[in-house]
Amino acid sequence: MSTHHHHAKDFLFTYIFSTDHKMISKQFLVTGFLMGFIGLIMSTLFRLQLGWPGESFEMIELLMGSWQEDGVMAPDKYLSLVTMHGTIMVFFLLTAGLSGTFSNLLIPLQIGARDMASGFLNMLSYWFFFISSVVMLCSLFVEGGAASAGWTIYPPLSALPQAIPGSGAGMTLWLVSMSIFIVSSLLGSLNYIVTILNMRTKGMSMTRLPLTIWAFLLTAILGVLSFPVLLSAALLLVFDRSFGTSFYLSDIYIGGQVLEHSGGSPILFEHLFWFLGHPEVYIVLLPALGITSEIISTMTRKPIFGYRAMIGSMMAIGFLSFIVWGHHMFLTGMNPFLGSVFTFTTLLIAIPSAVKVFNYLTTLWKGNIVFTPATMFSVGLVSTFISGGVTGLILGNSALDINVHDTYFVVGHFHIVMGLSAIFGMFAGVYHWFPKLFGRMMNNKLGNIHFWITICCAYGVFFPMHFLGFAGVPRRYYTNSEFPMFDNMIDINVFISVCAILAMIGQLVFFFNFVYSAFRGPKAPMNPWKGNTLEWTSPVEHFHGNWYGEIPAVYRWPYDYSKVNANGEYVYGEDFIPQTTPLGDDEKDGGEH
Amino acid sequence: MMTIIVVVAVILVVIAGSQLLKIAELRALSKGELIYEVSEKEGKQSGLLMLGFFAAFMAFFAWQMWSWYGLKLPVSASAHGVDTDWLTGATYAVITPVFILTNGLLFFFCFKYSYSSTRKATFFSHSNKLEMIWTIAPSLVLTVLILMGLSNWNKIMTPIADEDDRVLIELTGQQFTWTARYAGADKKLGRSHVTLIEGVNATGVDATDDNAKDDKLVKGEFHLPVGMPVQFVFRSLDAIHSAYMPHFRSQMNCVPGITTQFNFVPTKTTEEMRKITNNDEFNYVLLCNKICGAAHYNMQMDIVVESQEDYDKWLAEQKTFVE
Repeated sequence: MSTHHHHAKDFLFTYIFSTDHKMISKQFLVTGFLMGFIGLIMSTLFRLQLGWPGESFEMIELLMGSWQEDGVMAPDKYLSLVTMHGTIMVFFLLTAGLSGTFSNLLIPLQIGARDMASGFLNMLSYWFFFISSVVMLCSLFVEGGAASAGWTIYPPLSALPQAIPGSGAGMTLWLVSMSIFIVSSLLGSLNYIVTILNMRTKGMSMTRLPLTIWAFLLTAILGVLSFPVLLSAALLLVFDRSFGTSFYLSDIYIGGQVLEHSGGSPILFEHLFWFLGHPEVYIVLLPALGITSEIISTMTRKPIFGYRAMIGSMMAIGFLSFIVWGHHMFLTGMNPFLGSVFTFTTLLIAIPSAVKVFNYLTTLWKGNIVFTPATMFSVGLVSTFISGGVTGLILGNSALDINVHDTYFVVGHFHIVMGLSAIFGMFAGVYHWFPKLFGRMMNNKLGNIHFWITICCAYGVFFPMHFLGFAGVPRRYYTNSEFPMFDNMIDINVFISVCAILAMIGQLVFFFNFVYSAFRGPKAPMNPWKGNTLEWTSPVEHFHGNWYGEIPAVYRWPYDYSKVNANGEYVYGEDFIPQTTPLGDDEKDGGEH
Repeated sequence: MMTIIVVVAVILVVIAGSQLLKIAELRALSKGELIYEVSEKEGKQSGLLMLGFFAAFMAFFAWQMWSWYGLKLPVSASAHGVDTDWLTGATYAVITPVFILTNGLLFFFCFKYSYSSTRKATFFSHSNKLEMIWTIAPSLVLTVLILMGLSNWNKIMTPIADEDDRVLIELTGQQFTWTARYAGADKKLGRSHVTLIEGVNATGVDATDDNAKDDKLVKGEFHLPVGMPVQFVFRSLDAIHSAYMPHFRSQMNCVPGITTQFNFVPTKTTEEMRKITNNDEFNYVLLCNKICGAAHYNMQMDIVVESQEDYDKWLAEQKTFVE
């Protein structure tokens, strides 16, 4: 009896309330993917409506239950789905799921630390995230339905239940959930920063950090500086909604009544929201870029080209991301001069982004590329980062934005450059570090199939949206059938919807591979990809502390791949030199110049 | 019944898949290989697929241009829109080659440098010269685009100062309709406020204001004279709306509590545009482009552009506010 009790306690603290960063990483991963899957199903549901407006679908009837008993989606439920899809994908999958998983897994393992600075705060960070996920999902089931003012929840629409049913209890839960989420994010980010700055092993100078760690550090800094602003925006909105204040509301006549609110401005909310909202793009993107930098270097068996330029460009992107938020608001009536300033700063971001792309290309050039699924998704990321990035030059230019603002052109742009890039980075990371996460290997063939289905269908979904944008089709329309000028668009919409459904089915291949491999995949060796970084010196089995005995010391940067001596032979006989190998007499450290 | 069959089928597929994976793993082991190691042959196949994907991607791009490019908005019906379209085209002339070239290099390198056991990767960790080139080159291109964009933007956003030589229209958005108010003979709009909304006075025009007496409220469709600068003022009564007039390359948010503005010169009458688009039923349209509630997808108003004479005749038929 007592041993049984002991086991139960063990189970509780090993798998549930664990303070071990590796377990917390897995918790973030699984929760993030579950949320992501829900977000994916939501997108399939509203793609059914957009491809075949007003038709009855069994899938809608089955999944939306008593709300849509006839299987035909209602306009306000459509907006709920769009809103929840955006919220879940941006925050729960690509912020917490991506950053939470890989920052937690890789920071201690790659810098050579036994755990995070505070394991307890780390555990709290996960559990706040878990609670916020649960609250967000609960909001689907309250009266009036989930929040439906778009993921940007602009007031007055989000502030007034009489404006849309989703702005009732659903919106309240959205705000509660996001507030808890922000607490989770802040606890996590502070922990990441402190750990990286203070707990690096002997010899691990900042210029010997893998680019993943640089990316996680900058991401955490962005999060700490910007998420509190969203929290304040959300709290003021709670005040306006529930306590009669007028931070965002003024001169409103709705439902036959003039409201008491006076003197506020919804534009204030937009400023506060996008002060987080734009850095958020890079909170989502930087970890993915860090992950792929690491994978591309390892799998091309070449040093990442321009290590310092990569760090510099990430810093430049991070800094600039704080002074470009106004490009989401060119058309709010802001002073045209301010619009000019935001155009200027926005287009500047293209420079460090271009530097990153060219550095990736040069890294691949004359490499010896090993095509694992992780490599393929990394290549996919570079492709989507280019394809989605270039259209930013249209949207970031205020004069051109006027005509494509809030059209499907925007939807295509940000899904490719942010959504696809980040999720490709996340998939790449999962395939690459699966052996570290679960001690087993994923199946390559299924991984390849997953990649090809995903990239083909993803471009199939988002590329045609640019053409809808050229035609002036607005986003967030329940149907385009009310406008004769959009009658010809139905072919594009059907094409997109078919691709979206195929893409969703393709993800089932991944989920099967993931679950199967976690339990029954072949056992992983310690360093399956012949990587240089410290995590590959840590034993496959998980235990609190990461290394038996001393933490290894570091003597060189992480990218000494295919380093040859004057005779053209590998310096140490292999095409990789782990960071734990001391520098030879005539060797220079790669990160120093 | 159908559901049970589907569930059983899914379970069977999962079981079969698991068994197949196990068999593949054991077969590799029996040959002395590890299933997760990518063989040179598989690597070459993937490299080839990468190249094939690029070809398919470009074919897909070309096919879309072929079949869907024609669906874009017709030629601009406003004066500034011509510049907007030109600059958009110029930006495309820059980004399309970049898009094709960089994607091409990416997938070509993947094909060319896929793993070979007889070759060594080149240790090439940095080059300040290359970094300088691809920092400066985009900077120069961007400088040009930024400068052209800003001069365009400043021109578009400057309000029309000459009160005598313009049409002044207030557009008010409310869930889910638009109301247009013309300034009338005095060319001035009267004050308005939500507290004054009552019955037919749907946008809260201040009846005590002298400027308001000859204002004309219009619903359903509004008219513009061709060739005359139109100054728009935007209001909203409830949620944020956005007044999007795609054919005129014009868009501005309508924000409760404040007024915003935009102006353009319509250059083509509805009749002319019907000929250009070869569509007798063509109409200019104002639509809402900021999520504003359940019927957001159907918040519209027709716009008619006509000669000054026809416009004057139409406006004279509209009732003034006091009438």
